[in-house]
Amino acid sequence: MADDTGKLGVGALHLGIPNRRQFFQLGAGAAAGWTLSGSAFAQTERPTSPPDKPRGQVIAALSQEPTVFHPLMPGIEVDQGIWWQVFSPLWFIEPDGKFVPDLAREVPTIENGGLSADGLTWKIKLRNDVKWHDGTAFTAEDVKFSLELINNPDFRVRNRVGHSLVKDIKVVAPDEIHWRMEAPYSPYMSILSLTFIVPKHILEKVSDPNSTPFHNAPVGTGPFRWAERVPGDHIQLNAHAGYHGKGPYVERVVFKYIPDLTVLYTQFRTGQVDYTGLQGILPNFVQEAKTLKGRKIFVSSTSSVEHIAPNLEFGPFADRAVREALYLAINKQAIIDALNYGLPTQTESFVPQQAWSFQQGLPQHKYDPAKANALLDAAGGTRGAGGVREKGGVKLEFTNSTTSGNAVREQTQQLLIQDWRAIGAAMRVNNMPAAVIWGEFWQQSKFNSVLVSVNFMLGSDPDVTPRFGSSAIPAKGGRGFNTYQYRSPEADRLLAEGAKQFELAQRKTIYGDLQKLIRNDLAILPLFQGFIAEGVKEGLQGFRPNINTSINCWNIREWYWA
Amino acid sequence: MVRYVVNRLVQAIMLLVIVSAIGFAILHLAPGGPLSQFAVSAQMTQEDLDRVTRQLGLDRPLPIQYLDWFGRMVRGDWGKSYRDGEAVLSVISSHLGATLELMVTATILAVLLGCWIGILGALRRYSLFDTLATVGAMIALSIPTFWFGLVTIYVFSVKLGWLPAGNRHTIGDGSLLDLMHHLIAPAVVLALVETAMWGRFMRSSMLEVINQDYIRTARAKGMPEWRILTVHALRNALLPMITVAGLQLPTLLGGALVAETVFTWPGMGRLFLDSIGYRDYPVVMGILMFSAAIVLIGSLLADILYAVVDPRIRVG
Repeated sequence: MADDTGKLGVGALHLGIPNRRQFFQLGAGAAAGWTLSGSAFAQTERPTSPPDKPRGQVIAALSQEPTVFHPLMPGIEVDQGIWWQVFSPLWFIEPDGKFVPDLAREVPTIENGGLSADGLTWKIKLRNDVKWHDGTAFTAEDVKFSLELINNPDFRVRNRVGHSLVKDIKVVAPDEIHWRMEAPYSPYMSILSLTFIVPKHILEKVSDPNSTPFHNAPVGTGPFRWAERVPGDHIQLNAHAGYHGKGPYVERVVFKYIPDLTVLYTQFRTGQVDYTGLQGILPNFVQEAKTLKGRKIFVSSTSSVEHIAPNLEFGPFADRAVREALYLAINKQAIIDALNYGLPTQTESFVPQQAWSFQQGLPQHKYDPAKANALLDAAGGTRGAGGVREKGGVKLEFTNSTTSGNAVREQTQQLLIQDWRAIGAAMRVNNMPAAVIWGEFWQQSKFNSVLVSVNFMLGSDPDVTPRFGSSAIPAKGGRGFNTYQYRSPEADRLLAEGAKQFELAQRKTIYGDLQKLIRNDLAILPLFQGFIAEGVKEGLQGFRPNINTSINCWNIREWYWA
Repeated sequence: MVRYVVNRLVQAIMLLVIVSAIGFAILHLAPGGPLSQFAVSAQMTQEDLDRVTRQLGLDRPLPIQYLDWFGRMVRGDWGKSYRDGEAVLSVISSHLGATLELMVTATILAVLLGCWIGILGALRRYSLFDTLATVGAMIALSIPTFWFGLVTIYVFSVKLGWLPAGNRHTIGDGSLLDLMHHLIAPAVVLALVETAMWGRFMRSSMLEVINQDYIRTARAKGMPEWRILTVHALRNALLPMITVAGLQLPTLLGGALVAETVFTWPGMGRLFLDSIGYRDYPVVMGILMFSAAIVLIGSLLADILYAVVDPRIRVG
């Protein structure tokens, strides 16, 4: 997964399919996480001899400013960097896909009685040695409060996927809570691994749950406690001495906001920051960064898949043969090698290659303009004025949009124009600022095609109902983000089947079939799996990229200076 | 004089109202919105976005949103940031100090250096110094601030290691010395264009004055040259610079915006860019109103000062 030599460790990952018992032993009663080869982590650093007492500080640079500190409210990836330090979930997910109990004493499974065989009843045993940062004891009431807050109609919650199925929450003891699910929903285990618990004793007193002092001075049970925020500059967190888990091993962590990626890299180079987090080091600096003395560079995969999103309701794209011809005519390797410095890995699926649900053996893309031309000839398109194909009066002409200012994507568009012109397709660029393109234009499918990177996974679960379900098309009043307007009864069947299935082997088959279907239908034209290059000062131990989280500084509690 | 000031004040308030209406309309009519940042993440669905949109009142008709915002603003409630829930006035004030440090330092540098260059250029018209100053000013006005900032970082931080590559201070060190060390590069970069402007204006103003009859008369009377320059020429040449100072405020604010981005200076400029990027309407409107007020106050003060020193203005 991560590799400090600059090569992505995203090769074949064979862990075999665990049986039902093994699945639940993994703590993956519902969803499960990723499986990774052992060697993929061989080169990352793990704490071996951390100090007895927290020592020193870490300055972590981020290119986006964390601003949402209530972990249940709408936030972006970078906010998770703070949530991981200040709050705790019931269990978290390790880079190798294992669920590890955090506030819970154990991860519920059918074997340990935490889950009923039908997946409807959940019984969670909690630790009784956990304290909030203000000294108050953590209890099952806090878990109940958090789940109820998520479902409070007046609360500006991030989302209720899975949570809305939770009914009849009962606190049976200060350290035990039970609830019932309205319907079996296997991805909920994964969703809970990213659901941080908030303090009842602070938040129950407020009149408006959307506006409280807690929002800017959060109190959690995590390894670090809130110290200060200088807006637009930095956030400081101090070690929480009474943390219930291992660590933390540094006295304080400072998240420094540096919006410009070139400036961020310069400050890493000059030693002003110890770690370059989200969005890391620009690909064009990676080779140079590897030569810097006293710095280590980690290039690791992310869950996002860079792809061309066709609007399947838009004229030419409705024809699968056209999509296939366009896909064949893309020189993917040139995009990867020339524009992305060979750092990403080609992919054919919406599922990251490290996931247990990743389907091996999907048809591999081949750059074949001749075959693409033949396909279009057979489909009846003839070349008209300017060499652009035309069929029934409709020209093979479309726009492609992406976030303006993203240099690599803009260069990719230039390559696409060239590649597609060769087969008689005319592409025009129609780029927009982020706040514009991802607004109504994207949400209501007003685009022809978009060049975009999307994390399709629900936490670490491959349930992509919000992305490919027929009822998830916003332009047709659906609830979800199926902006591609993809509709397939077979995909709907597989998605419904996968979400209620608790057997990992069967889930793997179902989501494997779904990947084959999406690949065959070319609902998206995948280019490569996302990657991130991060720098760490030599001597800083414990950095472990985790593809299951939105941000790789998820485990600063394990970091220490050697 | 009182009537003049009141008239100018009423004009300024009307301008502020117009700015607020146009700014609000442009901001809200621009495609996208504060929630679009969540649209590529699997974290939220369309249903979630719709719910939050309703909760924030963004689904109401635009005129209603404007009147609501305006009504609250005149009562002192500038709303809360969509990003972090902080009161807008508190968000602005938390960034204001950093911008003022930068702008004041850059202005002092620019005024001192620019005036000196301008005066000397006027007194030694067409000399080597004047030619170099003219060419230098043209170059300074042509160089993009962003590029100059990056070059400064590369030379003085990366290569020579003399100055920090950005930030307002070293984490854990709040000393004045540390702040000044960090201030040098961004202030110099911001002052570059300002110096050139002040230099050019000062040169023109000085040239106009030293060619006046009363200067010739003073010389004919045998008055020492230093006295002619400081008492007669400089005082009169500085008069038009009051207006220049007022007009320079918007340029200075614009320059600060770029310098703050390059040097990761946590000021208003960067806050403005970030807030626009996130479509944080309350904060953008807050900064817009604040900046417009500053510019109008600057211009108003310049007009009043000019009227005070030159009574003909009041009559006209």
